[in-house]
Amino acid sequence: MRADLNVPAAGNGIAAPPEAFSVDPPAPFDSTGPRIRPVRDEFHGDLLEVSMGPHHPSTHGVFRMVVTLDGETIVKLKPVFGYLHRNHEKLGEATTYLSSMPYTDRLDYFCAMTNNWAYALAVEKLAGLSVPPRAEYLRVILAELTRLLNHTCLAGFLLQDCGASGTPLMYAFREREKILDLFEALSGSRMMCNFQRFGGCRVDAPTGWLDAARRVAEGYPRFLDEFEGLITGNEIVMARTQGVGRLPAALAISAGVTGPMLRAAGVAYDLRKVDGYGYYPRFDFRVPFGGDGDTYDRYMIRILEMRESVAILQQALRDVPAGPVMDPKARLRGFRPKPGEAYGRIEGPKGEIGFYLISDGGPNPYRYRVRAPSFVNLTILEDLCLGHTVADAVIILGSIDIVLGEVDR
Amino acid sequence: METLEQIRDRVAARFPAAEVAILPNPSPAAQSSLVLGVRHAREIAAFLRDDPVLRLDYCSNATGVDWPDKEIAETVQTRISTADGAGERMVDQKVKRLQPGCLEAVYHLYSVSRRHGPVVLRMRTGNRTDRVTLPSLTPVWRSCEFQEREIYDLFGIVFDGHPDLRRILMWDAFRDHPMRKDYVEPDDYEWEPTPHDAVLAKAGRHRPTASPEAPTAGS
Repeated sequence: MRADLNVPAAGNGIAAPPEAFSVDPPAPFDSTGPRIRPVRDEFHGDLLEVSMGPHHPSTHGVFRMVVTLDGETIVKLKPVFGYLHRNHEKLGEATTYLSSMPYTDRLDYFCAMTNNWAYALAVEKLAGLSVPPRAEYLRVILAELTRLLNHTCLAGFLLQDCGASGTPLMYAFREREKILDLFEALSGSRMMCNFQRFGGCRVDAPTGWLDAARRVAEGYPRFLDEFEGLITGNEIVMARTQGVGRLPAALAISAGVTGPMLRAAGVAYDLRKVDGYGYYPRFDFRVPFGGDGDTYDRYMIRILEMRESVAILQQALRDVPAGPVMDPKARLRGFRPKPGEAYGRIEGPKGEIGFYLISDGGPNPYRYRVRAPSFVNLTILEDLCLGHTVADAVIILGSIDIVLGEVDR
Repeated sequence: METLEQIRDRVAARFPAAEVAILPNPSPAAQSSLVLGVRHAREIAAFLRDDPVLRLDYCSNATGVDWPDKEIAETVQTRISTADGAGERMVDQKVKRLQPGCLEAVYHLYSVSRRHGPVVLRMRTGNRTDRVTLPSLTPVWRSCEFQEREIYDLFGIVFDGHPDLRRILMWDAFRDHPMRKDYVEPDDYEWEPTPHDAVLAKAGRHRPTASPEAPTAGS
């Protein structure tokens, strides 16, 4: 209790302001020493260019935004990246088809399983390979687990960006750890899974793995309820995110925005439904989509998608058949697809991840291209941030859900 | 969706002066592509986007491909006159022909509203050195903005009409285009002498009991 609250009450019952309360007068202007130039006053009114990043905790890696500010309002924003560039595509052209599979883990290191699947799907299209049913079910299970993992982490990071320091992120990481344990039991590695192969999966699930996955899927709605109870109706979260970074549907389509970003803008375009790749047409699930396309919608879409992912997981874990996980005709060593090209794409947790391959009949792809979702989704970052403050830009970037390993490639 | 032949015919009917050809794809994916002439490419792209049947409103992927000059050995039948000068006969002759290289920009188009695709567009530059300008499709599909910058950065195709054509992954002062097939890495390897000998000698001096077999250089 502060001492100045003990002032005697005035007649109307409202405490009179303490008379001693005053602001120190501004220090006399010193033209010789170092000084901070006022950003905008009636004399200046000029703009300030601020470089946010690359080493900034809110940029989710080594990402830089050159922000031009009018006061605190953003009038221009140029993203600068490439700090993690290692020319992944050149590496892919210098190695065999199979040797690129572990490199795809490093693109979006949260979603190694879906990267693997997208690459395997493109090569299967190129070479005309088929996949046995058990492997298709395993792929769906792993992709949906990856989606849970990615969206959970994203919600945690987004709250971290909003200023909810620590707690939501740690709740999210607690759940992520359960899924990573499953990945480790299956593939031997938590994040760099290297699990899919052309024509199936590398190994079958060990004994008891499906039961463990079932337990994780059953426990997930409880976590989502708990998380939503803390966050979804939270007034501060609403005030920070609603109406911030609105993305119109027409711009989203033209700019190639995909995944939860596109669906939050009100476009129900999900490759699991549109392309129906894998065994997704066998599962009963809904595609949530938003209305406003603001940051709150982008958060909410991911929560709703996680509930649908749990529904897919429960169906897949119930129906998964026995059998081989590799097409017996698929050859891993000495694999040389016939000349031609193929573009394969799947619905990754961050959006459409695609691989474009040109074969000239040799053991290496002639052209190996990664269509990275977060790279293309960054196109509209400036459009979303204009007119907002720096603090809003941080959460808008957080809601786009970028991973620099994939942006820079 | 219409077949690629139907699309080609409709485009050719709409733009009689434009060059449109189909490049077949022999792989099981069977995603053949339309090769567009440079001059009318942007009008054709806008037509494909706005056509009520196709409505290819979403450009998913834009990328480059490098095709270097290629030497092709061919067997050609030539007519030579016989030694006695009486007649002529056909002779197989091996001829080496230089197929000029080019840079290629490839676009994969889908329709979000009609739920179909892909339609693959290709554009080719004149050569790989000085005629490397292609029309930018960023005014048609905004998603090409960063991807065309990446093509410019890594392949060196200059996109005419791009709003902000700068390097995107490599740094601005970088000179070459690393995704070209004939790219040679700059020889910037630096050999740095590491003073192991001095370090080991100093470590030997600090041993509690100096012994003759104190570690020396190279041991």
